[in-house]
Order: sequence, then structure tokens, then C-alpha cells
Amino acid sequence: MATVTISVSDSMASGEERQDLRAALRRSERRRGLLAVALLMPLAIFMLACFFAPIAVLLARAFTDREVPAAWPVTAAALRERQSSGLPDREIVMKFVEELAASRRNGTLLPAANRLNHALPGSRTLLVRTAEALPATSSDAPIDVLANIDARWLAPQTWAVIRQAAGPLTSFYVLAAVDLHLDAGDRVHASPAGQRVFISVFLRTFWISAVVAALCAVLGYPLAYLLSSLPERIAHPLLVLVLLPFWTSVLVRTTAWMVLLQDQGLMNGMLRDLGLLSEPLQLIYNRAGVYIALTHVLLPYFVLPLYAVMKRISPVTTRAALSLGATPAQAFWRVYFAQTLPGAAAGALTVFVLALGYYITPALVGGAGDQMISYFIAFFTNQTLNWGMAAALSMLLLVTTSLLLVFCSRLSGRRELALR
Amino acid sequence: MSRRNPIRLALLLVVGCALASCVRHEPERELTVVGWGGSSQRAHRDAYWTSFVVHTGVPLREDVWHGGIGVLRTKVQGGANDWDVVQVEVEELLMGCEEGLFEPIDWQMLGGREQYLDVAVNDCGVGAMVWSQLFGYDAARMPEGPRNWAEFWDVQRFPGRRGLRRTPKYTLEFALMADGVEPADVYKVLRTPEGVDRAFRKLDEIKPYTVWWSSISQVPDLLASGEVTVSMTSPGRLLVANREEGRNFKVVWDGNIYSVDYWVILKGSPRREQAMQLLRYMKEPEHEMRLAHFIPTGLSNRAAIAELEPEFKRDTPSNPENLQHAVELDAQFWVENLESLTQRFNAWASQ
Repeated sequence: MATVTISVSDSMASGEERQDLRAALRRSERRRGLLAVALLMPLAIFMLACFFAPIAVLLARAFTDREVPAAWPVTAAALRERQSSGLPDREIVMKFVEELAASRRNGTLLPAANRLNHALPGSRTLLVRTAEALPATSSDAPIDVLANIDARWLAPQTWAVIRQAAGPLTSFYVLAAVDLHLDAGDRVHASPAGQRVFISVFLRTFWISAVVAALCAVLGYPLAYLLSSLPERIAHPLLVLVLLPFWTSVLVRTTAWMVLLQDQGLMNGMLRDLGLLSEPLQLIYNRAGVYIALTHVLLPYFVLPLYAVMKRISPVTTRAALSLGATPAQAFWRVYFAQTLPGAAAGALTVFVLALGYYITPALVGGAGDQMISYFIAFFTNQTLNWGMAAALSMLLLVTTSLLLVFCSRLSGRRELALR
Repeated sequence: MSRRNPIRLALLLVVGCALASCVRHEPERELTVVGWGGSSQRAHRDAYWTSFVVHTGVPLREDVWHGGIGVLRTKVQGGANDWDVVQVEVEELLMGCEEGLFEPIDWQMLGGREQYLDVAVNDCGVGAMVWSQLFGYDAARMPEGPRNWAEFWDVQRFPGRRGLRRTPKYTLEFALMADGVEPADVYKVLRTPEGVDRAFRKLDEIKPYTVWWSSISQVPDLLASGEVTVSMTSPGRLLVANREEGRNFKVVWDGNIYSVDYWVILKGSPRREQAMQLLRYMKEPEHEMRLAHFIPTGLSNRAAIAELEPEFKRDTPSNPENLQHAVELDAQFWVENLESLTQRFNAWASQ
């Protein structure tokens, strides 16, 4: 290469020719770059349209409120502008009464009533009953008309809930996802003790996932080591055995654990026959069952990446360490284990992130206090149609997991720099 | 150059075929009916669907689901709807009807609203099964079982673990009944904050002994294996297990909560007329009676109830004896309060 440079500078090439060469080089590099981008464009468009955009639209439900503005547009706009915390003015209440009757006719009342019911349980019957009982004409002040049907219309809390649901944007779902709520004066408060559940469920979810990742690491490392050190003709059938659970349904695996772990099941029967137990051990419908079943389900995700890494480690390095005077323990820890650490970390992280999303397994083998956050996300999505809440919880899970991953990658990046 | 041309041509052909296959119009799917799976699905198939296909020649496809109005909302509003006729619970009927997820039922085709029980008639759906939630036990392990909910709570007299569904729905009502509230007053009490507190206090008594199950299919296995001695259940599952597996399960009808499942037609179904045809076929009295032969269930057509043989009515809510000390599920109450009570239930369960 050096010869070429020298010969170019040696030749009678003028500055002009050198500039032409550089320009030509830049042009060809740019062309190659554009070609690469063009080849990736279909995939990028596909991912954007079919993956990122739908997820973004769904997560946007955590911040937007559409039902109340759709049902009572003028009232919603007026309440938004006034922003007062007491009872609204006469004109607003009058407009509200008109729009309430209209929304009952055009079918937008019940979605709005359900939305308000999320914030203030009881609002659904309040609105339905009020809309049905509204007189066609009345000489009373509109607020009295409402108060005659139900006294709750005189409470500032009722109007505050409507006002807080009126905006295009809302903080209700995100606050509720962390056990907070707004009071009538728009101040943030902690939810009452009997309703506070999400923060503890989040912490429980991360804890269970971390424990399952640790258990998978402890059980999976020797297994991967065995698989990678055996000769291929023995290792391959064993690998198929490790992969076999992958190909059976999660539900089948989980119900198999129910048979194994129940009071009259195989585990307890075996321990009783061995004389170790007189009373059956409670291994299922509690946290122990969740750990056992989740570890079994997620173990292949740890073993396979680690196996791939271990297969690539040359045994020469360990032998070199031994020949240089290391004890076997030192050779293992400082040479072999250190090389497998990235694979083990990747496997543990995979198991951790997957465990965060599991809810069928804890639902079947866990106790009432062992439910993970995805159970609630599924509950809000399927049972109560509260997609705002589901989106808020999902977004929180996504953000915390992303922060964790960024933190872990920073850690591993720093360690790699330190090794060098 | 002459070597690359055939390859390029082949590549172009492959890409072209792939694109063309995307553009090709998909054949319209068959009429699809969706049930709950398991023994319920089998019973419906044997009672109605096989003979419907034979009699009318309309091809029918089956599917299974496990509830959740969100699933239906996703299908209808997401635009990829592949279901036509679905069996839903009463809250799903109410919420789906409000959201506009269901087609209105042509009651003229079904013979008019008077032909059916009041509780089975709705603008958006027609009653499919009338069923109950109650409790049952294995008479092989416990010859004398509890006779009402107060005795269900009595772990001294009837030792062993209890099975309850992991949801406040039904559980809170049963707790109040165990605390002495008459079934007819249960929802009145439950609508007050003190009533809810009372129900949770009663549940505290049984919490250490409870196994919380999430799917009703778990109940026969839990009872048979002795994991629980008494469990909340629906009668059909235990009675079918008695018949098919030779078990000796007993159910107790005192204090049961009965409810109706409905057939609905999803909005925008391309086979609406055929769906109504299927509903009419299933709701004709002599056809509807067949279902009770395969699974113990209450019927919704008055003529069918009158003509049904007594032995198939005995273990169902169609038997007036079974409804003496019972209450109908208050769907409006649960549509309004399921969320807040479930949150409270989960907070309570974590303590």
C-alpha cells in the first residue's frame, strides 16, 4: 500500500489530480452508503409501519382523553378554560345539561361515563341515572335540576373529575399507574392505602424476574459447561433435550408442574417415601411455585447463548494459565469464567426481560399475592376496556426496562474498557 | 454479463410473484362460531353445530376463546375480524353493546321476544346458557359436606383447603352470604362501603386456607387430587366429570349466583344472515333441548324449558328448587365496580 502512495506522490500528479481522486473516493463512498440505506429502507419502513407506529399509537392512549370531549365538547372546552376548583358557572352547567341529553341520544354518553368511572367509581350510574331523569324543561337553575336527581352534583369532586378528563392530554393514567391521583384542586396525592397496588406489583415483578434470572444462571451455567465440553455426538442429543420444552406449549408445561408440585403430586410423594417429610410441602399456589415454573420455562434462553459462547472459547487459554502457575481454581475463575461472562450476562438479561412479561405462569401456579404487572395490563386490556391504564402500565414497564438495559450496557462497556 | 442476466431475471420473477400473491383477493372465510372450549364446546358441537351443517349445508368453523371484552374490541375495531357468532358473559354483552361492537338481533327471526325468558332477551344478544356459580366437594373424600356458605367458611368442622376464584366477583358476594346476609340483599349491602369492608373482613378469616384458582377447568383436578376439599365452581364441570370420569362430586345449590351467557353477532360480520340462521337453529325449542342432554345448563326458550325431561332439568338453574335461595348476578354493579374492587382485592391479597 505504502508503495502506491509513494509512487503517486513521486509521479508528476498535480494537486488537481489528487483532488479529483479524493472527490471520486468520496463519491463512491457516498454511493455505497446510499445503496446500503436503500437496501435497508424496505425493512425500516416495514418496522416503522407495522411495529413502532402501532405501539406508539397504543401507548399514546396513556396520555390522551377522547371520550369526554367527544360526548360533551362545549362543556369540556369551557371547563378546561375556567380551571377553577369549585362548582362551575351557571352557563357551563346549562350547556352541560343540554349536551348530556344529546349524548344519551347519540350514544356517546356511556363511553364518557365509563371513563369518569375509572377516576371516580360510581360515576357511571350517576351519569346514566341523571341523563335518564333529566326533565325536558325546568324553571329551576340547572345546578338545582341536577342536584334534585343526585346530591353528588353539588360536590366539587364530581366536576373536578369531569374537568380533569376534558383535555386532549391527561395525567390521570400515568399518575394512577404509580398509585397517585389528582384531588379536586389538581394537587397530586397518594392513593388511599386500600387501593395502592401498582408500585408494589412493579417491585415484585422486578424482584421475581431477578430471582428467576439468578436461578437460571446458577442452574444453567453447569449445564452449558457440560454441553460445551462433551464430544459432539453426545452433546447434540442432550441439546435437543434442552430445546424440547421450547417446542411444547407454555400452558402444557405449566400444567405439568401443577401435577408435579401439588400436595399429592410426585415431588411430595417422593419426599414422603424417602421419609424426609410427614406433612406435604406447599410447593404450588405460592411464590415457590412461581420460581420453579418460571425457571423451568426460561432455562433454555440462558443455556443456549452461553453454550454458543463457551463453544468458542479455546481450551488452550486455560491450559496456558495452568502452565504459567495458576491453580485450577484460579485458571477457571480468571481465565475461563471471565471469558464466558459476556455470554452469561446476555443470557441472564434475556431471561430477566422475558420474565418481566410473563403472567400466564404466575396466574396458574402462583398465589393471590404473586401476580406480576403483565397480569394487570392484561386485566385492563381485556376485562375492563381501560386501555389508557393498560398503556400507562406498559409504558412504565418499557421505560424502566430500557433504563435498566442502558445502565447494564454502560456497566459492561466500562468493564470492557477496564480490561483493555 | 450473460451469466448474470438469468439470475437477475429469476430474482425479478420471484419478487413479482410474491407481490402478486399479496394483491390477490383472499377467499371469504366461513361462518365462525366461538365457544368457551372444553366440555362446553363439545356439548355445543354435539347438540347443534354438527347437525346444523348437515341440515342447512352452511359450512361452519369453530373457535375457542376465554373471555375478555377487550379481545372483541380489538377484533372489531382492529379490522381483522374473523369471528361471527360469539358466546359472551353478561358484562361483556353490556359493555360490548355500549361500545357498538355487536349487531342488533333480529328478534322476528327468532320468534319474538315473548318466546324467551326475560333475562335472556337483549337488543344485542340472545340467551345461550343459564348457569350458576356455587360450591362443590368430593363426596368420596368427604361424605358429609357443607350445606351452605356459612359452613363453607367453617374450617373446623370441614377441615381442608378451600378453592376460590382469584377475583372479587362472586367471592365478595359469597363472603357476605357466609356472614349471614340473605342472597336477595347481597347487592344492596355490597353497594355500601361498609358492606365491602364487611366482605373483606370475612375473607380475612378464610384467607390462610384458600387456594386461588384462575381457570374453572382447574377445579375438578383440585378436588380430585385433594389439593382442596371444597371449592367454588359451576355445576356443569363437576357433573360432567362425574359422568365421564366416574367421580363422586356433589354440588350445593344453596346461595348460588346465577347468570346468563349470550350469543352475539360481531359488528361488520360479512355473514350476518347466516349468523342469524345459526341462532334461529340453535334457539328452536326441539334443538335447544338437546344442549341440556350434553351439559347441565338452563335453557332460555320457554317452550324448550317446558318440554325438557325432568332429569335434565334437575341440576340446572331451570329447576325452581335450585333458585330458592339464590340471587341473579348484578351485571351493572360489576361493570361499574370491577376495576376498583379488583384493585382493592389485589392490594388485600398482597398483605
